[in-house]
Amino acid sequence: MATETIAPRNRLADWKQSKVWRRRIAVTAVYIVLIALSISFLAPFALMVSTSLKTEDRIFTETIEWIPSPIRWQNYAEALQSFPFLLYLRNTLFVCTLVVVGTVLSSALPAYGFARLRWKGRDVLFLIMLATIMLPAQVTMLPVFVMFRTIGWTGTYLPLVVPPFFGSAFAIFLLRQFFLTIPQELSDAARIDGCSEWRIFWQIIVPLSVPALATVALFAFIGAWTDFINPLVYLTDENTYTLAVGLQTFVGRHSSEWNLLMAAATVVTLPLMVVFFFTQRLFIEGITLTGIKG
Amino acid sequence: MRERQRNLQGWLFVSPWLVGFFLFTLYPILASLYYSFCDYRVLSPPRWVGLANYVALLTDRDYFLPSLWNTLFMLIELPLALIIGLTMALLLNHKIPGIGIFRTIYYLPSIMPVVAVAVLWLWVLNPQYGLLNAVLTPLLAPFGLQPPGWLADPKWSKPAFIMMDLWAVGGSVVIYLASLQNVPAHLYEAAEIDGAGAWHKTLNVTLPMISPVIFYNLIMGVIWTFQYFTQTFIMTQGGPQNSTLFYALYLFYNAFRDFRMGRACAMAWILFILTLIATLIVFRTSARWVYYEGERG
Repeated sequence: MATETIAPRNRLADWKQSKVWRRRIAVTAVYIVLIALSISFLAPFALMVSTSLKTEDRIFTETIEWIPSPIRWQNYAEALQSFPFLLYLRNTLFVCTLVVVGTVLSSALPAYGFARLRWKGRDVLFLIMLATIMLPAQVTMLPVFVMFRTIGWTGTYLPLVVPPFFGSAFAIFLLRQFFLTIPQELSDAARIDGCSEWRIFWQIIVPLSVPALATVALFAFIGAWTDFINPLVYLTDENTYTLAVGLQTFVGRHSSEWNLLMAAATVVTLPLMVVFFFTQRLFIEGITLTGIKG
Repeated sequence: MRERQRNLQGWLFVSPWLVGFFLFTLYPILASLYYSFCDYRVLSPPRWVGLANYVALLTDRDYFLPSLWNTLFMLIELPLALIIGLTMALLLNHKIPGIGIFRTIYYLPSIMPVVAVAVLWLWVLNPQYGLLNAVLTPLLAPFGLQPPGWLADPKWSKPAFIMMDLWAVGGSVVIYLASLQNVPAHLYEAAEIDGAGAWHKTLNVTLPMISPVIFYNLIMGVIWTFQYFTQTFIMTQGGPQNSTLFYALYLFYNAFRDFRMGRACAMAWILFILTLIATLIVFRTSARWVYYEGERG
């Protein structure tokens, strides 16, 4: 009798034990795959940094030397001298700043209009705006170029920094999604107290939306930093180039000096990586906002 | 009166975007449609030529049709990116220590400036001394095979670009991951009670729940593929033998190298129509495989 009651309990314990083991094996397998993937994702970065520190005669070797010897820091100095890095950095930061300010300011207002006001035509306009996100840039790019050329703006920064002051559909969409999550009661209470929409926007919505605004600013910054085709088309004087275009001309001139090329690529990438490390959470939040209800 | 005031207020708030829409979207769309029927070399005013640009393009077997084919070939990347991206997101969705580090590592390539990616991958793909072939050579040697010349070989140049893009798949991984974390836990619990294993849970709960995000990513992927430009412009300029002359690159050459704005605008409109068709196809079929919560009781 007694053995019969104990046996099932043992089986249960065994089963539990095997479940723990199965979970351990599964977790180990997951780690192995994650690490294998990480290595293949990081290898090109490692190659970039390692090549950027090599002397000319150690670049083309039978097997790849991951740790350069001797280490030649001078590559960075040379790369930065043979292409006016600081000037391009200043140009890029100038463009980025204006693009960020423009995008944030002029996207937040329409987003408020779409998210928190009721008015005739709102839903139609919002649909039109969403549709423009899918419009291939090439369709509008050429007439816009002709337009800027006619008013003499080519060769200046204006074509790069003025359009952001008319809002970005993507940024408006992202901010609208965020504004929708703020309880309507806050606005209603303020309205009863006689607050104008303008004041509600500035004093209630904007302070509550700092993370979302920061995300939009971040995306705008990265977009402007990495933008290639617009500076390529509009900037004619080499002294006005941004880093992206500057790096491209550098490639043309040093096509086989891989150590210098990799040094330049590292230098152009590094600031973005630093920004990313400090703002990871904003990234994820922004992506969650737009991606989920896309 | 209050109704009118409210309407006015709405329009005022969206006015920055509205002005931009007329200046930088609506007017350019119409203008490019008009230019597409013109011979327009920028320096002299546009001259109406009817369908000549379209006819010239659609019968151009040397550049236009190959560029279209090359771009369609690149669409292979979308299912690959979907499978790899989803698998990575499912892996990252495990609540185990250190998972944040992996997420960061996978995401890094996608925030690197495209120009820098292009320079780096020129080196990675170098047939003789590149990283990729350094890995492949010992793997292929036992079979008596040699690794391909990648960007130097017209047969392998497009797969080379696809591989480079898959390296930056992390951007969509983060989107998938965010949507995975939004799947309500009670659905998994219910499935477990019904005796579903990990595989069944993924197939019958996870995939249907995140199908809208997959759908969104597919559409954006199609649009993105048709606009593929910077990478080829820097790395191959369309070569070898026009094997990487992609649609957007040829359009750019027409507009800014040969100053044939009319023809470039015709290309832009063909692109527009193609994107529209592709999007419609995805939309039409989506009813069958995209599940929207709350749509059907």
